[in-house]
This record gives sequence, structure tokens and C-alpha cells, in this order.
Amino acid sequence: MKKNALVIHPRDNVVVALRNLAAGEEVKGKGIEGFAVLQEIPASHKIAIRDIPAGEEVIKYGETVAVSTRLIKKGEWVHTHNLESKRWKK
Amino acid sequence: MKEITGYERKNGKYGIRNHVLVMATVSCVNGVINRISREVPEAVCVPHSYGCGRGSARETQILFRILASMVHHPNVGAVVLIGLGCERSNSKALKPFVEKAEKPIEIFDVQECGSLQTARKGAEAARRMLAGISGQRRVPLPWDKLLVAMECGGSDAMSGVTANVALGAVSDWLVGKGSSVIFGENTEMIGTTHVLTRRAKSEEVAKRIVEMIDQAEQRTKDIMGHLASWVISPGNMDGGMSTIAEKSMGCIHKGGTTTINQVVDYGEWPTEKGLILQDGPGYDGDSMAGLAASGSQIMFFSTGRGTPAGFPAVPVIKVASNSRIYQAMMDDIDVNAGVLVEGRSVEELREEMIDRMVRVINGEETKAEINGMDVFTMMTLNPPF
Repeated sequence: MKKNALVIHPRDNVVVALRNLAAGEEVKGKGIEGFAVLQEIPASHKIAIRDIPAGEEVIKYGETVAVSTRLIKKGEWVHTHNLESKRWKK
Repeated sequence: MKEITGYERKNGKYGIRNHVLVMATVSCVNGVINRISREVPEAVCVPHSYGCGRGSARETQILFRILASMVHHPNVGAVVLIGLGCERSNSKALKPFVEKAEKPIEIFDVQECGSLQTARKGAEAARRMLAGISGQRRVPLPWDKLLVAMECGGSDAMSGVTANVALGAVSDWLVGKGSSVIFGENTEMIGTTHVLTRRAKSEEVAKRIVEMIDQAEQRTKDIMGHLASWVISPGNMDGGMSTIAEKSMGCIHKGGTTTINQVVDYGEWPTEKGLILQDGPGYDGDSMAGLAASGSQIMFFSTGRGTPAGFPAVPVIKVASNSRIYQAMMDDIDVNAGVLVEGRSVEELREEMIDRMVRVINGEETKAEINGMDVFTMMTLNPPF
């Protein structure tokens, strides 16, 4: 199985796309598979690996890197359109 | 079992190289250093832009600390210093900082006999020293006498995902072996105070981390004004980084996940073991000087956009974050962490990097060493006057 996503930390709720992924492509990473991305994901961008309700912390590297501004669905692209910095608010 | 070797120094430190260092005390004599470098290419010759024209106490402290630390560095077996005579870091002023180095040191001032005579004397001294230290033999190097620096520069979107993750895995392995790991770049810690303080050994270390990052953030705002938020740039965002905390997490990951035992000032020698933070700048060259001055014998340097930069007398192992730049700069980059994208595991890559590190410690040259890509710059606070 050729991986197309990198799982950085077991606590993370996002993984990183290792190449550009087309909508509907199955996510394949260490210990994760069986779901597809809901939209096109650019290389090195984040994909939610479970539903992240609004206001919940986005975990990457095992740490909080942002907070979701709305419900982010499993397989969805996670970026500035659906999260905010805890530090420098938009 | 992985055995490492080095040169035991009189002060109990171990070098992994045994270089003769020929260094200017001020930029005015760089031409002399260049002449010696042509005559004695085996010596590590360091011209630079410093030594005078900056006056504050802090500026002087940094200048003397960095120059003196190059002399004291365990990878250096003997030293020729070329001075001018009237500079701030003149040989008389510098002497008290270097005379306890317990290694052969000779100092020549250009104002005593002119540049050509000084170059001749300096070259003769360097040759004599090379012969003098050539008989020193490598001995087993205890892992707890090893300090490894972790640096990143010319980063791209994959740096925090591939290369720095691999560096972090090596950092954790090293700390497990009893070695020490140091990294700096305080501007790239902004947004990670909560992570780093949680890992601090004590309240005191945590307090120092908060101070360091607050100052870095304030300084960034003072210098950049309303552009401060561009510390995370549109390029970073295009690359998938959404917040400053996320960008910084990718940076600090290179130090691994162990307890932070000490925060040292720029170029200061750690007194603790394990993972050490340095209150130093983000700019690669200046950062490397601080990490080397703190006594690190070897460095890992992750890069995504690609840089050839090495450091005088300190082997620098370059790690590419992506296969494209590794292919393009194969003459400059030692390890390709881009393989993580192609299905290799972090554990496999970590083993490869440890093997490479062991070989480099034991004498194998890095690409930057082979190519002579030494860069020597240091942190300054004000422009010269």
C-alpha cells in the first residue's frame, strides 16, 4: 500500500497529505484507511481524520495548533477557512 | 552496538575533528586569513565581518564569547589568531578569554609587521601545528560527552512534516543514549510557549522559556511593526500551515519530545545534559555560530528550499525535506527525508540518520565539509558605527 498521508502523532485529529489528493481519493496512512477525502487536498495540507465539532482544538504534532470555527467533517480539508489561531485571532 | 570515537581534550571534552583553526580577530585582516588559506588549505580558515565598530556591552559580550568559543571548541586542536592591533577584540583584550583553552595558540598582529609577514608567520605556525597535532589518536567517545545541534533553514512546507520529524526522532534517541541535544531559533518558538513550558524540567526553566519567547515575539513586532503577522507568510499558508503555532510546532519538533533541562544564552555552554534550548536568533548562520559556541560537536540541518551552508570545524549533516531538492542539490545534501513521502517509515529513516551521524562522528566527511562550504556569521544587535 503506497501511503498518501502522514500520521505525525497518535493523538492528532489531522494528517498531512503527502501529495495532491483528488476529491474522493482514499486516505492511506499508518493505521488509517477506509475513508476518502471530501474535496481536493493540496500536498502538505491537513485532512481531518475524524469529525471535529466547532470550537474544538485541532491537534497536530500531538499539540493544539488551532481551534475549529465550525464542524469539520472526517475527510475534509483543514485550513484557515475553518479554523482560527488561538493566539492571533482573525 | 554503535561505537563513536573522538579526540579527548585536557578539559574533559571530546572533539570529533582535530582541526587547526586560523581565525581573524577583526575583519580588517581577512586578506591575511585568505592568504594563509591558500598556502595551508588543510587549516580551517575563518575570515569574518566582526571585531570592531560595535560598542554596547551586550554586543561586546557576544563578540568575545563567539570568538573565544571557536578557540575553545573541542573540534579544534590548535589555533592561530590573526589580529590587527587596534580593534575592540584585539589580541590583548581577547587573551584572558582564550588562554585557558589548554591547546597550542599563537597570535600575530598585523600592526607589528605588516600583512605579508603576518601571513607568512601565520602559515608557518599553522603548518607547525598541523604536524604537532597529527599524532593525536581517536579514543572511544562516551555518548554522554556528545552535544548535537539541531538547525533548520531554507524551510519549506515539508520541513516540519518530514525532515524535522526525523530530526526529532534522532534527538529523542540521542537523549535516550545519554547525549545532549541543543536547538535555538527563538523566533521559531513563537506560539509554542504552552508546549515547551509543559516539558520544562522546573519552574525556573519554564520561566526562562516564557521570557525568551515573549522577548522574541516583542522584538519581532518592534522590528516588523504591522508586518509581524507575516512571520507566518502567505507562502507558509500556501504550504498548508494555518497558524503561527502550527509553523513553530514544525520547527521545535526537531528537538524531539524529551524534558527541557536548561535554557542557555546565545553561545553559552550548557551545564545540564539532555535537551537544551538556546535563546538565539532564527537566521541560519547566526544560529549555527551560537550552537557551535555552546560546544556542539556536530549539527543536523534540515532544509526544504536547499542551502549549501556548513560551519567551520563543525560537521553539518544536511537533511532534505523533499526528494526534489535532494536530487537537485545532491552534492550538498547528505540525507533525503523526502523518502517519508515515498513510503519509508520514520523509524527506518531515523536508523539511517543515526548510522550516518556515527560515521561522520568517526571521521567521514559531510558534503559541506568535502565542498568547503563553511559559513561564519554571528548575531549582532546594531549596525556598525
